[in-house]
Amino acid sequence: MDSTTSSPISPRRRPTGPREGRKHTPKVSRKGLYQRAIRDAFTKLNLRQMVKNPVMFLVWVGTIITALLTIDPALFGTVPGENLRVFNGLITIILFLTVLFANFAEAVAEGRGKAQADALRSTKSDTLARKLLNDGSIQEVSSTTLRRGDRVQVIAGDLIPADGEVIAGVASVDESAITGESAPVLKEPGSDVASSVTGGTRIISDELTIQITADPGKGFIDRMISLVEGAERSKTPNEIALTVLLAVLTLVFLLVIATLPFLANYVQSPVSVAILIALLVALIPTTIGGLLSAIGIAGMDRVAQFNVIATSGRAVEACGDVNTLVLDKTGTITLGNRLAEEFIPVKEHSEDDVAKVAFAASIFDQTPEGKSIVRLANKLGSALEFDWSKAEAVDFSAKTRMSGTNLPHGVEVRKGAVEAIKGFVRSRNGQIPTDLDAAYERVSRLGGTPLAVALNGDIYGVIYLKDIIKPGIKERFDQLRRMGVRTIMLTGDNQITAAVIAQEAGVDDFIAEATPEDKIAVIQREQAAGKLVAMTGDGTNDAPALAQANVGVAMNSGTQAAKEAANMVDLDSDPTKLIDIVAIGKQLLITRGALTTFSIANDIAKYFAIIPVIFTAAGIERLNIMNLASTQSAVLSALIYNALIIPALIPLALTGVKFRPLNANQLLQRNILLYGLGGVVAPFVAIKVIDVVIAAVGLG
Amino acid sequence: MLQGFFQIALTLIILAVIAPVFGKYMARVFLKKSTLFNRAINPIERFIFAVAGVRYKDNMTGRQYIQAILISNLVMGVFVFSLLMLQGLLPLNPTILNAPSWDLALHTAISFVTNTNQQHYSGETTYSYASQMLALCFLMFTSAATGLAVGIAFIRGLTGRLLGNFYVDLTLSITRILLPISFCGALLLLLAGVPETLASPAIVTTLEGTTQTIARGPVAHFEIIKQLGENGGGFFGINSAHPFENPNTFTNLLATITMLSIPMSLIFTYGIFANNTKQAWLLFWMVFSIFIVLVGITAVAEYQGNLFVNNTIFGGEQPNLEGKEVRFGWAQTALWAVSTTATMCGAVNGMHDSLMPTGGFSTLFNMFLQIIWGGQGTGTAYLFIYSILTVFITGLMVGRTPEFLGRKIEKKEIVLASLVLLVHPIFVLIPSAIALSFPDTLAGISNPGFHGLSQVVYEYTSASANNGSGFEGLGDATLWWNLSTSISLLGGRYIPIIALLLLADSMAHKQPVPETAGTLRTDTLLFTSVTAGVILILGVLTFFPVLALGPIAEGFQLLRN
Repeated sequence: MDSTTSSPISPRRRPTGPREGRKHTPKVSRKGLYQRAIRDAFTKLNLRQMVKNPVMFLVWVGTIITALLTIDPALFGTVPGENLRVFNGLITIILFLTVLFANFAEAVAEGRGKAQADALRSTKSDTLARKLLNDGSIQEVSSTTLRRGDRVQVIAGDLIPADGEVIAGVASVDESAITGESAPVLKEPGSDVASSVTGGTRIISDELTIQITADPGKGFIDRMISLVEGAERSKTPNEIALTVLLAVLTLVFLLVIATLPFLANYVQSPVSVAILIALLVALIPTTIGGLLSAIGIAGMDRVAQFNVIATSGRAVEACGDVNTLVLDKTGTITLGNRLAEEFIPVKEHSEDDVAKVAFAASIFDQTPEGKSIVRLANKLGSALEFDWSKAEAVDFSAKTRMSGTNLPHGVEVRKGAVEAIKGFVRSRNGQIPTDLDAAYERVSRLGGTPLAVALNGDIYGVIYLKDIIKPGIKERFDQLRRMGVRTIMLTGDNQITAAVIAQEAGVDDFIAEATPEDKIAVIQREQAAGKLVAMTGDGTNDAPALAQANVGVAMNSGTQAAKEAANMVDLDSDPTKLIDIVAIGKQLLITRGALTTFSIANDIAKYFAIIPVIFTAAGIERLNIMNLASTQSAVLSALIYNALIIPALIPLALTGVKFRPLNANQLLQRNILLYGLGGVVAPFVAIKVIDVVIAAVGLG
Repeated sequence: MLQGFFQIALTLIILAVIAPVFGKYMARVFLKKSTLFNRAINPIERFIFAVAGVRYKDNMTGRQYIQAILISNLVMGVFVFSLLMLQGLLPLNPTILNAPSWDLALHTAISFVTNTNQQHYSGETTYSYASQMLALCFLMFTSAATGLAVGIAFIRGLTGRLLGNFYVDLTLSITRILLPISFCGALLLLLAGVPETLASPAIVTTLEGTTQTIARGPVAHFEIIKQLGENGGGFFGINSAHPFENPNTFTNLLATITMLSIPMSLIFTYGIFANNTKQAWLLFWMVFSIFIVLVGITAVAEYQGNLFVNNTIFGGEQPNLEGKEVRFGWAQTALWAVSTTATMCGAVNGMHDSLMPTGGFSTLFNMFLQIIWGGQGTGTAYLFIYSILTVFITGLMVGRTPEFLGRKIEKKEIVLASLVLLVHPIFVLIPSAIALSFPDTLAGISNPGFHGLSQVVYEYTSASANNGSGFEGLGDATLWWNLSTSISLLGGRYIPIIALLLLADSMAHKQPVPETAGTLRTDTLLFTSVTAGVILILGVLTFFPVLALGPIAEGFQLLRN
């Protein structure tokens, strides 16, 4: 762990590899997905399920009525015309398919989640657990009987029976079942991050004593299963509002169609009930009505494919609205490990002197930074000049902000934050060299982290730890800015360093020398201005901020407290992903808006297809601008288009509209052209084509 | 022909000049900033507030505002109904008119209290001077002021302000807008020859030696508020076609301008409240464009006349002058017909029943939409209802949940906004279907067929949109028509008002979201055009079947002949 300078909030985590290498592991089987979806499409036909979707419910009722009219075309009075049975039968079939397609869309979306849940479920099996009783004896029990507070013992090869805290032992655990990371993770008690274990993961060396923290069925994997399966799926606020609007539009059209026969009869141009139902179905927003829930489910699923588990659709939707990202510098903006770049001597000391002291102060330091100091010192020819075994390590703590080594004969070497070392030297009655501040500033201006090194009361110089900004991060911040999302960087670094990194990375704002309280203060300040804030975090002290943020993404490597406070958990523990999650949220909303617009714009063509030809006696055939062959073929064409557009748009609903980082106006312009204007034009073309085909096969 | 279009253009140019200035004035009035007449009006208002016990500074919640409107309107309605029923006992009744039937009096009271002024009677033979002045003219001021107050409260809420106090807004509307302008306008009308007298009808001997009774009365003051308040209820049965109501082209111009001025200007009032004049101009031009198109097609159709009649009878080109006053001609009548249905004024200077089918189409189209200027106060509010719906439908496409003026549009707002969409189908289509099912017993249609359908639909649309104009040619002074249209009048007035105010209240209390590059700007040409598209799809297409079976079918029928 970063031993010397990182602030208490700086994320401490395992080094992360490239994301491509860690695609989701639980093997998700897509086999049989479609067969299952088709089966589900039929089971969803039951009225109790259908009534949840007012638009499709109406279509379903219409189907039943037209089916009756197929059996007896004169059910509501005699109707002129030939082959009414065939015509009504065709309408019934098309309407039935419309309902089925909508159910299928939802079933496919759900099926993907279910497949993922199955994969997770396979890791969860009933195992025998060694429960530690109060008298110290061990009892073998089923893992499902374990309750919160029980203690169990696990040894190499066991599946960990439930979520818990390590209270004794050190062991490595294979967590690939949930994270996809194949490298085992070291678990030990008393540490923030490394002490929590997840049920279903496997211990592969040594043994641990674990205190169970979750009752059966409430563990992390259980929650993940129910989330990806959509069992807890409730409609998001925007989805509810849209459903209301669609229901009102449906009601408006229902009133229009229900009153129409009276008007038509008055002008002696009666219309059959079957045609009225066809017209109603063509006008109500069936396209978006059929795809709405699939879009929502697919949005959650896309987040899951990114190896992020969202606790609710609401959280994903909120991502699209995020105005401000609060990002930790280390691990998000810069690569986690800073490397020693240079030793800068002060006073009369030489570079070699600094290297020697720095080396001595770092021999016990196992962090990447510490190792890089040793490496650099070795390169400059420093060698061990004391008995290693007689030296004693002084560990880093957030309070002292320094670490080092106590050598034999009472010699103390330290390295750490410049202020901390100054304090150390003063306490040893040493002098602060006059050129120390200059060296400190020089490093800071380079965007590096300065570490001072001291031997007893004498400061030797400064180590320049170089921070490396993640490649491509500046471009991503540019994209975010164009989308109207501000980024705020939090770092434990001093003001100058923070400013330099902020400038290089292109963040909008930064807070230097930040404490955990600063994080929550920043979030509250932004929220007071009406902004939605997203952040990542992993430590226990991040939990309040994660809970306060509108979108809180906890790292899977983080503590249980952090994961519970967050509304998303990133299984890869890659904080940069927050940016991708925002894009997914936006994409979800854009897809929903695009299909709504498309669906409503379609109405123009459907009106012009059906209205002119059904009032045969009203003499308004000249409005038949598409020149459709006959009343029957016009009605059938509009209905067939109406039915087929649902499966045609399923891929778009599931994968989402391609997201482009543009500003709002550019996005609106682009999408209005595609889905608004396209929604006006496309059905004219499609209905005409279908009409030609129908006329050709003689159905019209 | 050129002259006709020049008249139309001149009127519209005058209006486009007046609207921003007048809009700014109204904004100052309702923002309680000092205006020109402060010194004169302040003491009067202070007196009114003191007497009425209105606490000037108190803001009302949406519920309180609604309650105040409903109670005050109910009281005024009952008062006027009683006055009409008792007119036989009251003075100022030179022609000794008795009380009308209870259903007619009820319909009249409801029609005037809802700012509709649908008239199932002829003024000169039904209501006494007292009824016209104390009952009807009184409601013309208060109902217009009520509408204006609703519009202003809605704008306040939308722009994040508290809604204000209904009684204060009602008073300010009258003392600072309706009354001063009416006073000046009435003087102009007097000068132009409109009578204002309490004398009984003149009995004269004509050149042929027969005696004729010429109705007259206190017309000038009635006439101006009829136009300015978008009331439209004429003193005489034939409304502004009557030479005493609208004697010449000057009064016609004045009347056209006054009826359009408030709803046109209110868009600019919004612009000042929202601190976004650009958006006001964009919305203004959007509505203006639709308006021009409707005026254009109506005028051209009237100019071309009835081809069938022209070919068979005149044997040459003739404008359609049937049902028109020759002193106004086709152009001023067409402009008036479109303006009066666009603004929910409802006064007529010609017979709408005699308009070409295109005119029937335009007038119905206007009343279906209710936003091409729209009713006093409420028209502008509806315009923003459509903006909100547009934001909601298309706004998602920028990747954020929809917001309007920085305030999130959520379920509550959508429920309330879409309620407005439901009003017309319920109060126009359902009663039309009933009336047309019993054409012989209920409808009283004079021209069966497509035109008859238009007559019935027009009557209910006019009631539900609170317009008040009649297609006429309908025997509408029956119990059925009086009661069924009363329901449409009430539903079309108060349901939207309740929805608008609750919506405004909810918007006023929302935490505004700061604007970023990711925020959908609603003051762009693009968004305004999209709004126009949504208006046409949601507002017009709903009524496409009705329009197809009414004026459109009639038009094709004429062409076939």
